[in-house]
Amino acid sequence: MAESDLDRLIRLLAKLPGLGPRSARRAVLHLLKHRELLLLPLKDGLAQAAERVHECSRCGNLDAIDPCAICGDEARDQSLLCVVEDVSDLWALERSGGFRGLYHVLGGTLSALDGVGPEDLRIDRLVSRVAAGGITEVILATNATVEGQTTAHYITDRLAPGGVAVTRLARGVPMGGELDYLDDGTLAQALKARRPL
Amino acid sequence: MTAADRLATESGAKPAPLRLAVRRLGLSQFRCYDSVRLDLGPAPVVLSGPNGAGKTALLEALSYLSPGQGLRRARLAEVTRLGQGEPWAVSARLDGPEGVSEIGTGLAPAADRDDQESRAARQVERRVERRIVRIDGKPAAGPGELAERVALLWLTPPMDRLFQEGAPGRRRFLDRLVLGLDPRHARQAAAYEKAMRERTRLLKEPGQADRRWLGALEERMAAAGVAVAAARLSTLTRLEQALEAGDGPFPAALLALEGTLEGALETMPATAVEERFRAGLADGRSRDREAGQTLSGPHRSDLRVRHAAKGLAAGLCSTGEQKALLIAIVLANARLQAAERGMVPLLLLDEVAAHLDAAHRAALFAALAELGAQAWMTGTDRALFAAMPGEVQFLTVRDGRLDSVAAHARIE
Ligand SMILES: Nc1ncnc2c1ncn2[C@@H]1O[C@H](COP(=O)(O)OP(=O)(O)OP(=O)(O)O)[C@@H](O)[C@H]1O
Ligand SMILES: [Mg+2]
Ligand SMILES: [Zn+2]
Repeated sequence: MAESDLDRLIRLLAKLPGLGPRSARRAVLHLLKHRELLLLPLKDGLAQAAERVHECSRCGNLDAIDPCAICGDEARDQSLLCVVEDVSDLWALERSGGFRGLYHVLGGTLSALDGVGPEDLRIDRLVSRVAAGGITEVILATNATVEGQTTAHYITDRLAPGGVAVTRLARGVPMGGELDYLDDGTLAQALKARRPL
Repeated sequence: MTAADRLATESGAKPAPLRLAVRRLGLSQFRCYDSVRLDLGPAPVVLSGPNGAGKTALLEALSYLSPGQGLRRARLAEVTRLGQGEPWAVSARLDGPEGVSEIGTGLAPAADRDDQESRAARQVERRVERRIVRIDGKPAAGPGELAERVALLWLTPPMDRLFQEGAPGRRRFLDRLVLGLDPRHARQAAAYEKAMRERTRLLKEPGQADRRWLGALEERMAAAGVAVAAARLSTLTRLEQALEAGDGPFPAALLALEGTLEGALETMPATAVEERFRAGLADGRSRDREAGQTLSGPHRSDLRVRHAAKGLAAGLCSTGEQKALLIAIVLANARLQAAERGMVPLLLLDEVAAHLDAAHRAALFAALAELGAQAWMTGTDRALFAAMPGEVQFLTVRDGRLDSVAAHARIE
């Protein structure tokens, strides 16, 4: 039997992080009740985002322009590169306002159990970006999980021949803590107190 | 003099209660329990009821207030009440030396499985059986954080064979003892296991494995592995002192750790042990690949226990003597936690009165009373606990329902 439009919408929304079937049903009902105010603007917003927003070819950030606004901002310190796991981590660091350099988004972490290897991440691009020159310090801001630390160690090893300084965020962050969950003050402090590996 | 008294004399002030106590417990879809809400005082709890009533299940629910597997070591999904779509959950309000903690934990809701396309979806898929933890209303990074708030130890009937069976059971027992004194132990142990599983998987993959990736994982294993071994060693040393004297009718026990890293740490600095272990892992890659597992490391250590007075290995002692040894170790650890950490752990003692004669039972009750622990004890026969001194909260369990028997069960 064919799925109804509503069921399909609910099923798709329920896949969003933080939403389950129940909250998806509530959201759909809410959208339909606020057609002009929410449903139609959301439809346009989604269509525009789908069409315009892409990964930045330099850093992996998401933006409507390429290179992204951060990569294109000449006021930022072009010699500092901060490596993060995910765009959400980049956003968290931007929110904290404590970092004025450039980013490199890996797109995940090494995880043999999940079948994610170095070739699945933007690691080769990181190595060539650093090799191209101009960067004096690479700050590894991967999470304090086993995967995050393993990835940091792996990257350090890959960057070693180039002789660039590699540092790590200092943090009083609980193990397994994720950047995205940290408050801005903690993040800014962790950035300031970074230490060599 | 109890640990609480000692603290009182030192500070001269009225001490905060050292005892950790569950003051409110909620279960939802847990084993035979549909939904339970229970308000409790700080006193020990006795659960009685017929076989299959749900006594052990209640202790199992409490065991999930600490990191790691529950006291039955069940798969998380198996714990959900049969025929229920909604995953199980346990919530508790705990009263302890650091104030009140609100803990919630349970099986993470199953993720939508029909979306196989993305890597993220695969990651979610693998973690379908994951335990979520909330502390004071906020999501915790992982179950490991529970160790900071909750200390608990348990003894269950299957552990009666602990000294007969293989090393894994004794190692788990040991790691629980360590966790009570060193809350970081759970995270280090989990990190070690995780890195080890990753390495094993990587070695299994066809073709030449990425040497740098393996090296990064071995680095993690070495750092976490040495931390695990060092914490075990330090706990054991302190525990041995506490156990030397024996404890009334509970025998003095001699403890020893068997393990490559633990052994090396007795003669070498930790950094040297770490480097040697890392190098050993790198050298052992082809051997470990063939074996399909890591052949040496702290995941293979063993705890050896001897009955001091008899000069016998614990495995050769009588059933009752073995139980008495286990109780002696648990009591010593609880006292050590009170003295060092300022927290008397929750004790979950399933069917503890079985195998104990009247003298041992009385001694156990006295020791628990002196410790001031909120001990949760079970038995089919409530009469076995009649001799318990002080206030006791008697609850009867029947078909997944709880009733308080004595009127004073809820007295604060
Ligand atoms: N997932 C589940 N869903 C529903 N019922 C379950 C589930 N798992 C176990 N049970 C049932 O829960 C009941 C309680 O088991 P429990 O081990 O707590 O009993 P008990 O009171 O400790 O009994 P005993 O005195 O025999 O040790 C048993 O009847 C068991 O079959
Ligand atoms: Mg039972
Ligand atoms: Zn960019």
